[in-house]
Amino acid sequence: MPVSAANSQVVYDAIKSAGVRLVSALPETWLVHLVRMADEDPDMILVRLAKEEEGIGISTGAHFAGLRTALLMQNHGFLQSINGIASLALLYKIPLLMLITDRGTMGERDPWQTEGGKYTRKVLDALNLVRDELNRPDEVRGKVAKAMTLAQSSLSPVALLLGRDLMWEEPAA
Amino acid sequence: MKRIDCLRAIYPELEECAVVTIMGAAAVELYSLGHRPNFFYLEHAMGQASSVGLGIALSQPDRKVVVIDGDGSVLMNLGGLTTLARYAPKNLVHLVFDNQVLLSVGGGAPGGYQWFTTATATGSDLAAIARGAGIKRAQLVRELDDFTEAALDGLKGDELTCVVAKVDAEMPTSFHMDVHMLENRFEFPRALQRMQAKTATGGRT
Repeated sequence: MPVSAANSQVVYDAIKSAGVRLVSALPETWLVHLVRMADEDPDMILVRLAKEEEGIGISTGAHFAGLRTALLMQNHGFLQSINGIASLALLYKIPLLMLITDRGTMGERDPWQTEGGKYTRKVLDALNLVRDELNRPDEVRGKVAKAMTLAQSSLSPVALLLGRDLMWEEPAA
Repeated sequence: MKRIDCLRAIYPELEECAVVTIMGAAAVELYSLGHRPNFFYLEHAMGQASSVGLGIALSQPDRKVVVIDGDGSVLMNLGGLTTLARYAPKNLVHLVFDNQVLLSVGGGAPGGYQWFTTATATGSDLAAIARGAGIKRAQLVRELDDFTEAALDGLKGDELTCVVAKVDAEMPTSFHMDVHMLENRFEFPRALQRMQAKTATGGRT
């Protein structure tokens, strides 16, 4: 599978270094290694969701109980979670580290991913959420650490978009 | 059966619990019995109270967590029941007050609250749905004694418990609460911390 296991490991290590103890996830292709790594890590609580919005509530509860968390979701899962983000995380000032796969952008081959991809950033911006992109392995650790720091200090969700160049290795033609 | 009577029956047992309620009538009626900093009233984000409870329960396995939910909210997050069942935290008690209407969000507006019923009014059985989701200990109660027994069993027991209580669709006398949402949001985790510290020192503070 051309999902980058090496770069997934870089992302996972960065999450761990940021103190994350609980990860909620709903899988998508680009997230398969990250979900597996969380599952195989005895020091990580992995919560497999039925729908991404649940992850907002679960992270809120974990924050109240003193744990740092990360949410793994596809951009369409982010779109699915909007009311939880607005009426729980933003309303109640809850820190969230959201790792969102950036599907439906340049290079996308799956026709069904192409619609949501057009406005992932616009919706993040409409919610006034601070966002950044992870495209190269050498920038992952620093950006994840800084995103967690900002989430905790601002008591707000912060979004990191997992880009195609980081997560996907195009097979040789 | 009245919601407030159910809450009154279990109120003394909530002192050491992390309690998460939904918005509206359930929140204000618990508040009216006497606010405690270990009560968190989720005033919006319908459906998410059980997910917040799950997050606390997984993070603090030794803390009893009580979610006070409603039929309208549960119906907005039915998938969450399957997630609850999947992780089945032994320390979580899910109480669902089923009044068969969307009372607090406008089903109780002038003109009569019977005009916007939920699907539990037309046969959907939340206890059966919870059991179908995989929550083994889930039951429907209609009488106060049965509610009290089932809820206290859950609080004293060691198994994920869901109690669906059929209650009257009755408005609270007031929706006024003299605790700001953010005040409540910040006092709640502090209360959990204090309770953890107390537990860690064997009750000596």
